[in-house]
Amino acid sequence: MPAKAFLPQRHGVHRDNGNLFSMCILCLCGKLFWQLRAWLAAMSRKTETMRFLIYRYNPDEGKPPRMQEYRLDGFDSGDKLLDALLRIKAELDPTLSFRRSCGEGVCGADSLNINGRNGLACITPLNELGETVEIRPLPGRPVIRDLVVDMEQFYHQYRAVKPWLTVHDPEPETEYLQTPEQRDQLDGLYECILCGCCSTACPSFWWNPDKFRGPAALLQAWRFLADSRDQATGDRLAELEGPYHLFRCHSIMNCVDVCPKGLNPTQAIGNIKKLMLKHHV
Amino acid sequence: MTMMKLARRKFDTLVIGAGGGGLRSAMQLAQADANVAVVSKVFPTRSHTVAAQGGMNAALANVVPDNWHWHMYDTVKGSDYLGDQDAIEYMCRAASHLVVELEHAGVPFSRLDNGKIYQRPFGGQSQDFGGAQAARTCAAADRTGHAILHSLYQQNIRAKTHFFDEYFAIDLVKDSDGYILGAVVLEIETGEPLLIEAKTTLLATGGVGQLFRTNTNAHINTGDGIAMALRAGIPVQDMEFFQFHPTGIAGKGMLITEGVRGEGGYLVNKDGERFMERYAPQAKDLASRDVVSRAIAVEVREGRGCGPNADYVMLKLEHLGAEVIKKRLPGIRDMAMTFIGVDPIEEPIPVFPTAHYTMGGIPTNRHGQVVVPLGEGAEEPIPGLYAVGECACVSVHGANRLGGNSLLDIVVFGRAAGNHIIEYLTENRHHRPLDEGSVDNALARIARWEQDGEGESVDVLRQELQRVMEENCSVFRSEEILAEGVVKVQALAGRLQNARLKDQSKVFNTARIEAFELENLMALGLATVQSALARKESRGAHSRVDYPDRDDERWMKHSLYYEDGRVDYKPVRTKPLTVDTFPPKARVY
Repeated sequence: MPAKAFLPQRHGVHRDNGNLFSMCILCLCGKLFWQLRAWLAAMSRKTETMRFLIYRYNPDEGKPPRMQEYRLDGFDSGDKLLDALLRIKAELDPTLSFRRSCGEGVCGADSLNINGRNGLACITPLNELGETVEIRPLPGRPVIRDLVVDMEQFYHQYRAVKPWLTVHDPEPETEYLQTPEQRDQLDGLYECILCGCCSTACPSFWWNPDKFRGPAALLQAWRFLADSRDQATGDRLAELEGPYHLFRCHSIMNCVDVCPKGLNPTQAIGNIKKLMLKHHV
Repeated sequence: MTMMKLARRKFDTLVIGAGGGGLRSAMQLAQADANVAVVSKVFPTRSHTVAAQGGMNAALANVVPDNWHWHMYDTVKGSDYLGDQDAIEYMCRAASHLVVELEHAGVPFSRLDNGKIYQRPFGGQSQDFGGAQAARTCAAADRTGHAILHSLYQQNIRAKTHFFDEYFAIDLVKDSDGYILGAVVLEIETGEPLLIEAKTTLLATGGVGQLFRTNTNAHINTGDGIAMALRAGIPVQDMEFFQFHPTGIAGKGMLITEGVRGEGGYLVNKDGERFMERYAPQAKDLASRDVVSRAIAVEVREGRGCGPNADYVMLKLEHLGAEVIKKRLPGIRDMAMTFIGVDPIEEPIPVFPTAHYTMGGIPTNRHGQVVVPLGEGAEEPIPGLYAVGECACVSVHGANRLGGNSLLDIVVFGRAAGNHIIEYLTENRHHRPLDEGSVDNALARIARWEQDGEGESVDVLRQELQRVMEENCSVFRSEEILAEGVVKVQALAGRLQNARLKDQSKVFNTARIEAFELENLMALGLATVQSALARKESRGAHSRVDYPDRDDERWMKHSLYYEDGRVDYKPVRTKPLTVDTFPPKARVY
């Protein structure tokens, strides 16, 4: 029996029995327990076959898209979904196309829809995905081939918020001064890797990708509004006026849910709205 | 495809590669109203600069006293006296100005209480020519490369640089006089070739970390530009010097920044001993990377490694406290938790030297011009061709790069090349006619992979190459192991001739791109192992157990490897621009 299904059950048995002593030990040794669990999971994972259902489409073939099944075993405990995709391509099917670059979650190239949820293949652990993994391209974007989508509209919206520092005063010879507290305002904003997980998980962006800037671009809009060095507040806010650019956000918060870097575009959008209000008063 | 049917575009400048070096140049050019095209095989912010963590060196003296001359001394010493001192002086002098310029461009550097840019200590840094530890590395937490790359991309959008995203460069094109006039590139989305004609071409394609099985590099780091130069008849310089970063996550390879040690982290062996105190009594864990990597390899070799197989050492940083780690090192904490389930606030990180940086590359001068021996001159510029960043060899890093000097290298020489190109364009206003033969050669490279039938697998060959390089060209080397490496890589290169693609489709065929990349890797694997076999001394990252000492009399010279396997040499430029030469002396940390 696969450990992943097995071990949580064991945990459940302890709880059902009301074995308080075990529970205490578990709590006290929680870390140890989870490590042991991960280790056991890893041990069994090596022989366990995983099933991957992957969206396939190649316009050269003139056939409609389909889901193709691959089976692989022999994974190591720490393997990520990208490891599986690379192995599928190398060992089973060289025709499978997907993007990848850094392999460590900092470049944003390998964003995919994984079991119905957007994320980065390179930092998604295989042992959290279950026996069958369904992999599709990011939703709502035109598919170029297999898992590769056309992100141009997403990049267009990014460019549209003028994501660059704008200063009107003459430049000093040294750096602009910024207190650590002012700099702290940029944490949680500048780290965006433009993977597109958020915007392509956003129903408002699905409906109006041409007009709604989307969570990623709006996070960057706020990144510059929040920067003590930037002097284009008025222009930035004016650009976001109207029913679409900003206000199509209905705080569904899919963006926050899926962001692989733990960023919070919904909060940034809220901050822009607050600043807009303050600016108008 | 014949040349007549080939789609073509014309620009003043073609920049190949959209990492920090390419984007810094492109920004310079676009702001000067040059018509500039940037070709990148990935969307620009996926370039490997994004993964740089610790920071960028500049003697701002924001934390402790500092000046560029001390930085220059450290860089020359760090290079094990193989760095060219004119280029090093130029880089260290320009550093402060360029950090400030990046800050003005929007880079969110971390800050000191007085509002100035935060600087942390890094390896190989000293005050007053070998004195107390300096704090020279300007940082945006531990995501400095990300911060710089995104800001440079943003400034390029602002300046309306023309981007060809997801185009793969096949080969340079030239005329019969040897002028480089652009390149044939392949649009990955459609699989169609495109000829981009340009009065000037800048290679900024990064290093070749994918030569080694375990490496800190992105999958895309396959040395494409260096191999293109080699195929264009240009020798590649100092390829035997490959940096092994002391602290890659053991067995995985993800980089753990030197900034961890800069912030006060240190290495221990299985006995809990701070072993660097034995190898580098003064600098300890902040000795140069080659020194620390060798020390770790020796500890493991002599049985003092940690773990069930005693094959790594531990990087301790728990003592820094949760606040410092969360504030200054959030990225590596994420990385350790994601990839090995270790929270460095509570536990040390298992680390081992990991292939990291290509010190060698395309020979250039300090203006970014590609230079080759020609007639009497050892360094004659090739008209129209420039190279910057990791793919280039200026050489500011010599035999061993200092941490924090690569982000500096890309902006300093990205800008220098931009300036020189602007000058060149004012004197060369018109496009020169192409030599059709060079276009046909590039197209033949594409056609070669259109052969059908059974053959060797690209994936298998790449994996074998990476294993050979790791086993035969690693931290410690010897005549026997390197000679065996040459034979093995040559055999693999032979088998590559028989490789075939199973997938001949056009649209976004990444298997086809990987085949071109393997050709590049193979050529550079040969260059690296042959140059290493030829150099019979130990210097910087090139450590020969059979020639354990540096031999300045015979070997203080740059190697030049040609595509036909010939290895030639040229002198080190030991004369700086204005100050006195730092003569070679024993290198102690």
